[in-house]
Amino acid sequence: MATTVAAPARIFGSGIKRREDPRLLTGTARYTADITLPGQLYAAILRSPHGHARIKKIDTAAAKAAPGVVAAFTGADTEGVLQCIPCAWLVPGSELKVCPYPPIAKTIVRYVGDAVAVVVADSAQQAYDAVDLIEVDYDPMPATVDPEQAVKPGAPQIHTEAPNNIAFKWTVSGGDIEAAFKKADIVVRDRIIQQRLIPTAMETRGALAHYLPATGELTLWNTTQNPHIVRFIMSLVCNIPEDRLRVIAPEVGGGFGSKIPQIQGDFITVFCSMKLGRPVKWIETRSENYQSTTHGRDHVQDVEMAATKDGKILGLRCTVWAGMGAYLSTAAPGIPTILHGLMLSGPYQIGAVKEDVYGVYTNTTPVEAYRGAGRPEATFMLERVIDRLADELKIDPVEIRKRNLIPPFDNGHDVVTGLKYDSGNYQGALDKALTHAGYAALRNEQAEARKKGRYIGIGVGIYVEICGLGPSQVAGAVGFQGGLWESAIVRFHPSGKAHVFIGSSPHGQGEETTFAQIVADELGVSVGDVKIVHGDTETTPMGWGTYGSRTTAVSGAALAVATRKIKEKAKLLTSHLLEAAVEDIEYENGKFFVRGFPDKSKTIQDIALMANVAWNMPQGMEPGLEATTFYDPPNFVYPFGAHIAVVEVDAETGVVQLKRYVAVDDCGHQINPMIVEGQVHGGVVQGIGQALWERAVYDDNGQLLTGSLADYAIPRADVLPDIEVLHTVTPSPHHPLGVKGIGEAGTIVSTCTVYNAVIDALEPFGVESIQMPLTPERVFNAMSKKGP
Amino acid sequence: MYSANFDYHRAKSLSDAQRLLASNPGAKLLAGGHSLIPLMKLRLASPSAVVDIGRIPELRGISKSGDGIRIGSLTTHAEIAASADVQKSAAALAEAAGLVGDPAVRSRGTIGGNVAHADPASDLPTVLVALDAKIVAIGPKGERTISADGFFTGIMSTTLADDEVITAIVVPALAKEQGSAYVKFSHPASRYAVIGVAASVTSSGGTCSAARVALGGLVPHATRANAVEKALVGGGLDTTAIGTAAAKVGTDLGNEVTGDIFASAEYRTAVAPVYVKRAIAAAAARAGLA
Ligand SMILES: Cc1cc2nc3c(=O)[nH]c(=O)nc-3n(C[C@H](O)[C@H](O)[C@H](O)COP(=O)(O)OP(=O)(O)OC[C@H]3O[C@@H](n4cnc5c(N)ncnc54)[C@H](O)[C@@H]3O)c2cc1C
Repeated sequence: MATTVAAPARIFGSGIKRREDPRLLTGTARYTADITLPGQLYAAILRSPHGHARIKKIDTAAAKAAPGVVAAFTGADTEGVLQCIPCAWLVPGSELKVCPYPPIAKTIVRYVGDAVAVVVADSAQQAYDAVDLIEVDYDPMPATVDPEQAVKPGAPQIHTEAPNNIAFKWTVSGGDIEAAFKKADIVVRDRIIQQRLIPTAMETRGALAHYLPATGELTLWNTTQNPHIVRFIMSLVCNIPEDRLRVIAPEVGGGFGSKIPQIQGDFITVFCSMKLGRPVKWIETRSENYQSTTHGRDHVQDVEMAATKDGKILGLRCTVWAGMGAYLSTAAPGIPTILHGLMLSGPYQIGAVKEDVYGVYTNTTPVEAYRGAGRPEATFMLERVIDRLADELKIDPVEIRKRNLIPPFDNGHDVVTGLKYDSGNYQGALDKALTHAGYAALRNEQAEARKKGRYIGIGVGIYVEICGLGPSQVAGAVGFQGGLWESAIVRFHPSGKAHVFIGSSPHGQGEETTFAQIVADELGVSVGDVKIVHGDTETTPMGWGTYGSRTTAVSGAALAVATRKIKEKAKLLTSHLLEAAVEDIEYENGKFFVRGFPDKSKTIQDIALMANVAWNMPQGMEPGLEATTFYDPPNFVYPFGAHIAVVEVDAETGVVQLKRYVAVDDCGHQINPMIVEGQVHGGVVQGIGQALWERAVYDDNGQLLTGSLADYAIPRADVLPDIEVLHTVTPSPHHPLGVKGIGEAGTIVSTCTVYNAVIDALEPFGVESIQMPLTPERVFNAMSKKGP
Repeated sequence: MYSANFDYHRAKSLSDAQRLLASNPGAKLLAGGHSLIPLMKLRLASPSAVVDIGRIPELRGISKSGDGIRIGSLTTHAEIAASADVQKSAAALAEAAGLVGDPAVRSRGTIGGNVAHADPASDLPTVLVALDAKIVAIGPKGERTISADGFFTGIMSTTLADDEVITAIVVPALAKEQGSAYVKFSHPASRYAVIGVAASVTSSGGTCSAARVALGGLVPHATRANAVEKALVGGGLDTTAIGTAAAKVGTDLGNEVTGDIFASAEYRTAVAPVYVKRAIAAAAARAGLA
């Protein structure tokens, strides 16, 4: 990473190295798989080889008799012990049908990977050997895998409770859409397939459960983004009181949304430990991960945009079939609805929007949040049809965007879907991207190249996204079955060192570093004197977890407020110790002093000592220097940006080469620019992955054909250009530090930016759309059909 | 994944390896492990025993031998790619070895294992056929030298016997005005060849006097492109001549062109001439012609 920050005056805003990295890079970090307890057993799960089948008979006798095997369980054994897996985002007004999702299938398997039985043995090797000995007699049934096909009459029915496989129908509308289309000079349309993606976190999922029959207590080490939610859900499903349940997220190797939900394996592991009274570990293999950990995206979208002949957008109307997989995963229904439909007008002034979303059951792995979760799918629709509009009207894609952008605002802007964006300067980000990329020169280069039969394409994408989820009242109103506040405890020790305990659960994003920077900046301690503790429900205060780019946006806000409480107490104590009025105490660079007498001062370390020994406290002040904050944000935050991609298409083969990628993102103030850059890099690359390479493919029987990393193509460093990362700074008006989220920003617009670039390159061939990913074959076929 | 159980033996020498193979029916040799272990983990292969030849020094290293270069079967892809000798006299081989998988695969995988495994999407078989290389193997009946052209007989099948150990690959020396090149269309996930083309051309005063062109990735095993070769020999090596010759590859492909969810057989067939053309042009350039 190329960030260089010259001797910063402030620790806030300084690109210091991540304190997480030494342990991660030297292999000394401890993940769930690394933890071994005395007497530990290993679980291996038998998974359905069929997309849809009735289980006629399961025989575990041979498995039970195999060497080292301690037990084998089927769905029948869980009867009355485990509840079904709940769905926790019950989107209102959508006739949501939450169909029973058993931790182990009992009578019907509904996707390849559905859990059928489990073997527990002394070693993982023995468990896997024995799983092969379980005999299952299946009666295969027809499957349906495509969300649009699955709702049609005659499609195989997956759940009796959900006729036509419709899990929900949700509509968002704002403004007069009929009038907009009536008034339009032009309407452009597109059909977009947001193909299904597999999150592919570097660490697969897994769990280690240790149940103590003597006390009824259970400790669960889990690969999760939200240990407090795990405790809550686990207690409901396994009937263990929350006070007897401790959930620890040790080192977690990425999640991208796939470690939000509680999946079958988690409950099965807990169940086995409860049954056997011994520690039981289950760690997914990669193939198992691809089948059983949640997937993302999977939309079929019909989009139409109404506009005037001078390119003013009047309305956007869409129908979306969103594949949910065989069961509704924890947060699944909220993703193609709340996190998608409400963002449809993006950074533009659009007077009318209407979208109908069908959530559809299919015989596939359940779908969940995947980096961006709903917002990339919305941004893509908008940024794609706006390019189509530009094309039809022969207006430059940049110019048409400029004509429609919301003008800069710094404290609230209401949009047609009912949201209030916090702050934005979209034109500012766009201008910066254009200048840096040299847009005009690129267009010249493109024209020159075309004369020589070379096809360069320039793609532009602008986005605004909703993150920092979010006010709990809104969470409740939109059916999220939890709160969305965060908490932080700041505790100063007598020596002036501090511990911070947070309820959110970073898993690679770097908050152990940035949160220490927040405390150091607010209180003047050295950044190295602040330790951030997270990921253990026994030691950290309640919090709802790390997803939706909310950790810094919400948890960071809680921390800022808590440190300010510490500061207030320190001022009071200083005034007492220095015998000055509290109004006269000032704070600067770690020192509390009497106004006008900088020598009459106490450092935060002095105060920490005095507060902890409590020899001389003012009347009524409690000893100790500790503050707790529960922070419920007043609004979401709305980061935004403008990206530009340059590609070249090999006309002979259809191979797309990404030549340049310029990202201008605005996440308000940056606590650590190096970490921001890293988040942008990762996000951008994952978005590019969708445009060019990634695709989960099922055949008609529900077989996952891209079941391993030999078939499912994730982005590789050697096929990517150096990403040119720039920023503008538009602080969030309501966040105590003026920051916004940056975790998903890159992913949200990069898919469409690259896609637009490829279509732009193919303009001489008259190509208007190609299904993603833009594989060489698809590009080649699109070109061959038309010819230059 | 976890493999099924197996016995593990480490061979101290070549003769030890042969002894272990003979005394463990159903045993498999283990070299770099980058083809065998994935198969075992997926339980597509479950040998009763493996004989690890990975630490036999006599099987490793690159040396000049009378009429070419001799590459010990345990030499890794990375070593081959970095070898100045290979770069100079078998450019296509260095090129292909440098395009195998990723750095981790190249540091572990060996040429012997690659050739013995004979994955149709492998890179090295294609190059060895085009370079007219010889495979040296030793078995209970002694040593034999097998021409690479003809060694590969189908998907993961060769003329090697179960009890034979490949000891070396011998690549003939370059003739005057001879050049070789390898061009690869990598699968974005596995990195194996979707299409791999190796070409070796010799010119004599601007006319193509000899040509060997081999195809991999899109056919069941590394195969010579006879029609392309025939069209090249006796003609020029300019862009048009190369393009015309490359277009003949359709007849060489036969009716077993590989297709999968990433690239169909139709597509591979359609773009094969492009890769053939590029490989020949690069080889011609190295022969000092372009
Ligand atoms: C992620 C990944 C990507 C890859 N990408 C590519 C690629 O792009 N191109 C490519 O060509 N290959 C690729 N490979 C395969 C790689 O090149 C392997 O290393 C190679 O095919 C096998 O060599 P090995 O030394 O690892 O053999 P092993 O896996 O040890 O053995 C393979 C087979 O050969 C036999 N064998 C090994 N040595 C001998 C010997 N001396 N005599 C007789 N039999 C022997 C073994 O018994 C076994 O059957 C890839 C592999 C991986 C894991």
